[in-house]
This record gives sequence, structure tokens and C-alpha cells, in this order.
Amino acid sequence: MSFFQMTKTVLKNLFSRPATLMYPVKPAKKTDATRGHVKIDPTKCITCRICQRKCPTQAICVDVKEKTWEIDQMRCVVCAVCVDTCPTKSLTMDNQYRPAMTTRGGLEKFTVAGPKKKEPVVADAAKPAKE
Amino acid sequence: MSKQITVPFGPQHPVLPEPLHLDLVLEDEKVVDVIPTIGYVHRGLEKLVEKREFTEYVFIAERICGICSFIHSQTYVQGIEQIMGLEVPERAQYLRTIWSEYSRLHSHLLWLGLFADSMGFESVFMNAWRLREHILDDLEATTGGRVIQGVCKVGGVRRDISPEKLDEMVRGLKGMEHELQDLSKVFLHDNSIQHRLRGIGVLSKEDAYQLGAVGPSARGSGVAIDIRETGYAAFGKINFKPVVEYEGDCYARCAVRVKEMFTSIDIIEQCAKKIPDGPVDMKVTGAPDGEYFSRAEQPRGEVIHYIKGNGKKNLVRHRVRTPTFTNIPPLVTLLKGCDLADVPVIVLTIDPCIGCAER
Ligand code: SF4
Ligand code: SF4
Repeated sequence: MSFFQMTKTVLKNLFSRPATLMYPVKPAKKTDATRGHVKIDPTKCITCRICQRKCPTQAICVDVKEKTWEIDQMRCVVCAVCVDTCPTKSLTMDNQYRPAMTTRGGLEKFTVAGPKKKEPVVADAAKPAKE
Repeated sequence: MSKQITVPFGPQHPVLPEPLHLDLVLEDEKVVDVIPTIGYVHRGLEKLVEKREFTEYVFIAERICGICSFIHSQTYVQGIEQIMGLEVPERAQYLRTIWSEYSRLHSHLLWLGLFADSMGFESVFMNAWRLREHILDDLEATTGGRVIQGVCKVGGVRRDISPEKLDEMVRGLKGMEHELQDLSKVFLHDNSIQHRLRGIGVLSKEDAYQLGAVGPSARGSGVAIDIRETGYAAFGKINFKPVVEYEGDCYARCAVRVKEMFTSIDIIEQCAKKIPDGPVDMKVTGAPDGEYFSRAEQPRGEVIHYIKGNGKKNLVRHRVRTPTFTNIPPLVTLLKGCDLADVPVIVLTIDPCIGCAER
């Protein structure tokens, strides 16, 4: 009895697909919800620095003067807090995992649009000139 | 009397996935004394609480452990909610229950695989992990992360599960059940496994209680303590009985874990039936002012998060007592008097997770 059971199992395993996924040769499984890595749309960012403050691993560095937004992908733990808190929705979560790193690095720097320019307030225009 | 020698076991050892160091004092082949050492992977996560906002610290609390990650975040979040007096929406409570039972399933399957591997049972190891993959797939599809779910937040959860997905999950678990039955047959009835486990590493009920064993280590000795019975999250509305075995040996501890998997499936099914509609999170304003001991049942036993806040965004103190930490004194008692060849099996039956014991 158990011999037949064994043969059945052996045959089943011989002819079925392997359960192991040959990652990274084949792409990893992913779903719509998978948190892969953070992406930014530089045209929308207003350098408000909320993402930098909220990030639990301090992976994001925003330079207001230089108008750059920098992320250390090796520091980032892909928690998606920055994506949730960004007021302009410039950050999105991509569901593709980043490939493994073979060298040091992982810094990605973007030049962003920065805050919207307000119309300069024309004050004292009607002020009469001093006599 | 024969001469005593000391054999170091770990921190790097083929059966140990994590760095626990034991100095085994041997007389011939018998272990007469054990001196445990931990402290190889201390990361100082508790101190970080002073540097991060309490809402962001959830993700750090979750990374205390790579297996019971969801339950760590849940325990922490529950503590904060108790201090702030938040009434979390019921749907969120049910979702937390479902995810925590999923974590239990994946942790127990992982352990069964490692345990089989420690006995040289490679094929069962592969099979257990193949089944675990289905659980991880469901976790990934619903939360976005395979082992670090990152789905708990103060005031609720970050994602909802659609009713169709919930149905599909339950059907998937149902379909998996007979494969799990097959797997548990090996652990519960196989002759060679019984030889390896029965009567080895016996922890008496008194010892288990006195030495503070928790989780399956305690329940395998007949101490029926299961924190889920206190009714946190939605466990209060679910019908279930903690699994208790009475022999106290390695076989009993293994049997508790095997049977708990079926309890977990049952709990998930009940949750899927009873889950109410409604919001899954709420707005949180202010900051916690006060202190709280938050408890929850992890796959390895009871975890306690002590949280103290002073009304500021950063907490003052966070302290975690993990199940492995309290299971080390019982482990020392278990190992005294056993054979050297049984040490790997006995060490694995407490399901050591040193990463969380040291934080
Ligand atoms: S995903 Fe999380 S860790 Fe990564 S940059 Fe955003 S906030 Fe930081
Ligand atoms: S990415 Fe979003 S949150 Fe971060 S600085 Fe730009 S606008 Fe602000």
C-alpha cells in the first residue's frame, strides 16, 4: 500500500512543475499590492520635506535650496509612509523589486520642480512719492 | 566520575538559524550543565523610540522580528491605542485577527520545516516550506509584504481586504487543509520521528510554570495559557480552544504547533464569516500620555510591549519582552541530563528566535 503511495508521489513530482521559482533569472512574483520600491514624479514635488520627516529610516533627503530630492534605496525599508503622506502625490510605490546590489551605492538624486511661485505682491505701489 | 568537558554550541551552528550560544558541560555523552549566552545581534531598536514619532515607530516595532512581524506591530499599536483611549473600528480588529493568524500559520510551517531539517528529514522540510509559500502569497496580495507586512497603524489598518479576496483566501486555506493533514501525519504518526521525539527533553508542568515558559513550550507541558483568550483584537468574538498537550516532551511541543495550524485556519474562517462592514481606520490626533503593558500571543508565546509616553510625539520608553527570552530558562532545564545528540532537536522545540530576544 505504502509502496503505491510512494510511487504515486514520485510520479507526481517527476511530472509536475518545480515549486521553486528561479529568481532572479525569472522575475519575482508580484501582486498589485506588492511594495517594490519608491518612485518620484519630480514635476510634482514641492520640497515640503514631509516625506523626509516621516520616513522611519531617514532614507530621504530633500534640499530646499538646491531643489533636489534624494533617496537612499538601500536604506529604504519600503514601508510606503512617504507615499501615504506626500501632499502632492508625487511619490508612488512601484510593485517591482529592485535588483540586488553588487556595489555600494543606491543613492538616487532628482532635481524637482520646487514650490509653486506665488505672484510677487505689489505693495506700496500707490504710495505717493515723497515730496 | 568521568572528566567534564565543555562543548560550545552555536552561535554558528547548522541547525540554528539564529545566533544562540550554549556552553554544554558534558560528562561522557550526557549534558550536565548549560550556560546560555545571547547578545550577538543586539540592535538597540528600543532606544530608537526617542528619535522617531510614535506613529512611524510602528514600522520599527514590526522589524523586531522577521517572522512574527505583524504581531509585534499589532501589540505595539494596541498599547498606543489603549493609552490614547481609541476605539478602533471593528472591521480593522477583525482584519488584524486574520493577519495575525496568517502569521501564526506561516511561522509554524517555517518551524516544522526547520525542525524536520534538524532531524535530517530534508523532504519534509521542502514540503513544509512549499505550503508556507501559499500563505506568504496571500499575505503579499493583501498587505503588500511577504514577511514584513507593514499594514498596522495607530487607529486601524492601512489596507482593506475585499470580500471576494477574503472568500478566495478561505477557499485556498480549505484546499490546503488536506495537504496540511498529510504533513501533520508525518509529524504525529511517523515511526522514526516518534523515536526521535518521545520522552526526550521533558519539561514538567511545575517547571514550565515556575520557569515562565510561554506559548507552545508551556502548552506542551499542560499549562493552558494562551493570551488570545484575553480577547484582544477580535479574538473575544471567536470560538476557539487553545491546544494543550500533557506529556511535556519534544513530541508534545511539536504536536501543539501542528494542531495550532488547524485552529488558526478555523479562526480565519470564523473571522471571514463574522467580519462586519465599515471603515478600517480612524483619524488620530494628539499623542499618548501614560503607560501601558500590551500583551499578545505570538506563534512562540506571549509577547509584552511596555510603552510609556509623556504627551509628546516621541515616546519616552518602549520595552519588549519576547517569548524566546522567557523560554531560555526552561531550555536550560530541558537540556540538563539529555544526550549530546539530542541537543539540536531540543533547542529547536522551543522555537528560538534570537533576533527578537535581543532586539
Ligand atoms: S518607503 Fe518608507 S523607508 Fe522608504 S523612503 Fe518611504 S518612508 Fe522611507
Ligand atoms: S516628495 Fe512629496 S512629501 Fe516629499 S518633499 Fe516632495 S512634495 Fe513633499
